[in-house]
Amino acid sequence: MSPKIKNLLPPGNYFFEGNQACAEAALAAGCRFFAGYPISPSSEILERLSWRLPEVGGVFIQMEDEIASIAAVIGAVWAGAKAMTATSGPGLSLMLENIGYAIITETPCVVVDVQRAGPSTGQATRPYDGDIMQVKWGSSGDYQIIALAPWSVQEMYDLTIQAFNLAELYRVPVFVMGDAALAHLRESCRIPEEVEIVGRKKASGVAHFGTDELSGVPPMASFGEGEGLIITGSTHDALGYRRTQDSDIQQKLVNRLNEKILSNVGEIIETEEYFLEGADVAVVAYGIVARAALAAVKEARLRGIKIGLLRLKTLWPFPEEKIRALEAKKIVVPELNRGQLVREVERVAQAEVISVNRVDGEIMRPGEIVEAIKGVRD
Amino acid sequence: MSEKKGKEMEATWKKYLRKETLPLPFCPGCGHGIVLSAILRAIEASGIDIKDMLFVSGIGCAGWIPSPHIRADTMHVTHGRPIAFATGAKLFNPRLKVMVVSGDGDLASIGGNHLIHAARRDIDMVVVCANNEIYGMTGGQVSPTTGLGVKTTTTLAGNIEPPLDLCKLVEAAGASYVARSTVFHLEHLISLLKRALNLKGFSFIDALSPCPTQYGRRNLYASAAEQLKDLEKRCILLQEASAAPPETLKDKVIIGEFVLRDSKQ
Repeated sequence: MSPKIKNLLPPGNYFFEGNQACAEAALAAGCRFFAGYPISPSSEILERLSWRLPEVGGVFIQMEDEIASIAAVIGAVWAGAKAMTATSGPGLSLMLENIGYAIITETPCVVVDVQRAGPSTGQATRPYDGDIMQVKWGSSGDYQIIALAPWSVQEMYDLTIQAFNLAELYRVPVFVMGDAALAHLRESCRIPEEVEIVGRKKASGVAHFGTDELSGVPPMASFGEGEGLIITGSTHDALGYRRTQDSDIQQKLVNRLNEKILSNVGEIIETEEYFLEGADVAVVAYGIVARAALAAVKEARLRGIKIGLLRLKTLWPFPEEKIRALEAKKIVVPELNRGQLVREVERVAQAEVISVNRVDGEIMRPGEIVEAIKGVRD
Repeated sequence: MSEKKGKEMEATWKKYLRKETLPLPFCPGCGHGIVLSAILRAIEASGIDIKDMLFVSGIGCAGWIPSPHIRADTMHVTHGRPIAFATGAKLFNPRLKVMVVSGDGDLASIGGNHLIHAARRDIDMVVVCANNEIYGMTGGQVSPTTGLGVKTTTTLAGNIEPPLDLCKLVEAAGASYVARSTVFHLEHLISLLKRALNLKGFSFIDALSPCPTQYGRRNLYASAAEQLKDLEKRCILLQEASAAPPETLKDKVIIGEFVLRDSKQ
């Protein structure tokens, strides 16, 4: 299921920016198709893959817009590719309808969202956690996606590979939620000798769009294999036939698209805990803000505050159980927005929740979080 | 018809169509069934194995011409985007024989940008626009190919916007093959499809196909047959048009091959 494959780059430490690490990780994960459209602060991924993909026998195309980019990615996946696109908030908005198509057709694909300050064009080169809710709720209907939040250049590499693996395991679009700061931050990135890769689960002569299990993930086939694939964005039965008037099939499909993710949260969700045992205050953070949060937690502990950090590597499905299990009396949630993921924390937390925000396009400093922590304790 | 001939015909259509998806969902008098038949006849005549083909279609009545009826890989996608999906599939697996079949609203309005850029890139695929000059499925609204003065549910007093000549657009964008015909001129349409299937590069065929339900009844056609026959009156072959005085071509739709450039050469 998870063969280890030899990496494409010689193993070792590389001085990469986040976007370079992401592009190289995609290649290591088996990505052989990329379609994209230039948008700051994600464009270096597009630029690097424009010459790296041909080197490894893959296909690169710069499409006419973001709508076409994600469409071409989905088309290539059904032609047999592992495929990815990269964008930022405004481009993601354009992709959302076709992301819904990928969800209902159960198309494994990876979307890197290098977030920037919005709304609209906003500040194209400034960091922001602007798309935390857009990525979850932006397309129509009821669905689950997977979204990962790297906090370092190393994780831009590791979580991009993880994104490809999760996409194949659950046949779902997976998002890598970077930001402008991480995209252009340069730091050491270790390229391992081998990486663990999940291959596509394929089968012929079977139903490609349904299983009897409520949370099942059916195997796929590719175009040109004589399967006579019937793919549609309309509600469909297990064989792919449109069933737009059948309430049972609509209900079964929607429930399975959700349950195949929700029933497997234990396998999908990854978090990291720092000093949480016996902590009175817990900080819940993700992405680049979590770096400032860890520094702040360490400083506050030096001042005698019993405080710990829960770092979310997975944003969606939301790690509800991890939040519910926090024993702290107060939870601090720093974010580069006016409070997006904090609403999810509030929904499940057993403690008072305090939102700490920064919306000026600057990254969060540890001192700001320390101040907030001091305020909470008083 | 003899019993033997009937059995032969059945064997032929069963090779191409999924029996369980029949009858076709189109309204009585709709031209889209004829478009489907023309496509399949062209494929049969070209000796292409239907299993090697991928059909990509968008939203609207025309999106249902291939999907799910044709016994091949079919991909029915979001509104306006079939060419973009098809581009990804074709680039990753160039062995696929790709045909996009969609309507005028899908390809010319919401998907117009993808049409332009696929033609510019000369991506090797055949795009068939089943052009009924109206939004049929959503209730008969004006489309970019609706003629001046035509009554639709959003132009009750008659359309005031000039229509888009898709063939001129695609020609200007750089396609290898550009042609137009209608479902009335069936043999002509089949010959254009055959030509397109055997060429390399971006082929575009504008196939006029009447919509009696949404277009015909609001524009005083006595019957579906009348509307079909009107295509004969409205159209003129390119060769005849070239020799005709320009004033006689007013309101005429020119059919024929406008661009023929095989990228293989």
